[in-house]
Amino acid sequence: MAETGILKPATPAPGFTLHTTPDQMVSLSDFRGQPVVLAFYPADWSPICGDQMTLYNEVLPEFRKHHAALVGISVDGVWCHGAFAANRRLHFPLLADFEPKGAVARTYGAYRAKEGVSERALFVIDRDGVIRWSYLSPIGVNPGADGILEALESLEPAPSLASTRRQA
Amino acid sequence: MVTGQSRVARLVLPVDGRDHVRGPADAPATLVEYGDYECSYCGLAHPIVEEVQRRLGRQLRFAFRHFPLAEIHPHAQPAAEAAEAAGAQGRFWEMHDLLYKNQHALDDADLLRYAQALELDLTRFVSELADRTWETRVREDFMSGVRSGVNGTPTFFVNGVRHDGPWDADSLIEALMARARVQV
Repeated sequence: MAETGILKPATPAPGFTLHTTPDQMVSLSDFRGQPVVLAFYPADWSPICGDQMTLYNEVLPEFRKHHAALVGISVDGVWCHGAFAANRRLHFPLLADFEPKGAVARTYGAYRAKEGVSERALFVIDRDGVIRWSYLSPIGVNPGADGILEALESLEPAPSLASTRRQA
Repeated sequence: MVTGQSRVARLVLPVDGRDHVRGPADAPATLVEYGDYECSYCGLAHPIVEEVQRRLGRQLRFAFRHFPLAEIHPHAQPAAEAAEAAGAQGRFWEMHDLLYKNQHALDDADLLRYAQALELDLTRFVSELADRTWETRVREDFMSGVRSGVNGTPTFFVNGVRHDGPWDADSLIEALMARARVQV
């Protein structure tokens, strides 16, 4: 359980290597040198229209203005992730924290052992691999993207005015 | 460093002259919806919002902002721009209602048909859609929503605070009564 809480800012982000497709792995260290947004979520196929991953997919251009990479992590397997990502037309990787189940979520203090799913927990990791912001949302509440954007902005000087408009 | 464990999502862009508003500017209660014309849940919300407006009458000001989830709803962005193009000709709400009542017919030809039904200046309507005149405006709505903690569609704000509970008419009215001095 996550009663002890999720990892706090200033903590080095625990490394991991997970499958994103049956033959593709993603490691946290792949992103060294750029900020990473790590979004743990309970499960694929949330039954609402504007679910969390769908929202982040739409906000992706804003994350990219900060050169940040976005990854979603749940305990779902790669085939489930593949179907979900295709259905929602996601343009970022979903990682399968599947075997051993929830191992990565546990290292971030973001696993709900009773339900067997990860928390809805967000981490913004800086280019040196240190957690700079973390947020645990009530499991039923999609936390939105505002906190992530604020955290990314606090990592670096504010982006230029022009970047408040969508890049062509 | 920021670390908020109890974030309250608040509307960062207050309702003002740029908004499409129904109801008096000095109404005690303000309901803001971020919505997507192709989202079926927003379609369900449409008559609910109408009922809330009916029941609260002049006590309520309602504003609608665009939050198109364009990757899963390919018609949402053009539909939002069509509503703005109609708004430029003073018919935003008429188009808004038509779009929600015809959510499964939002192709370009359908949008043109609705513009015709509203007797809009079609040359202007078509050129504004072709030129993407309202793309920036729709994106501003979207980003104001992202910044305010919009987390899906529809998302409602009751007097500037995100409404996280159910959004049937009774629940919305209850929330409005709790945050503003209104009576039914």
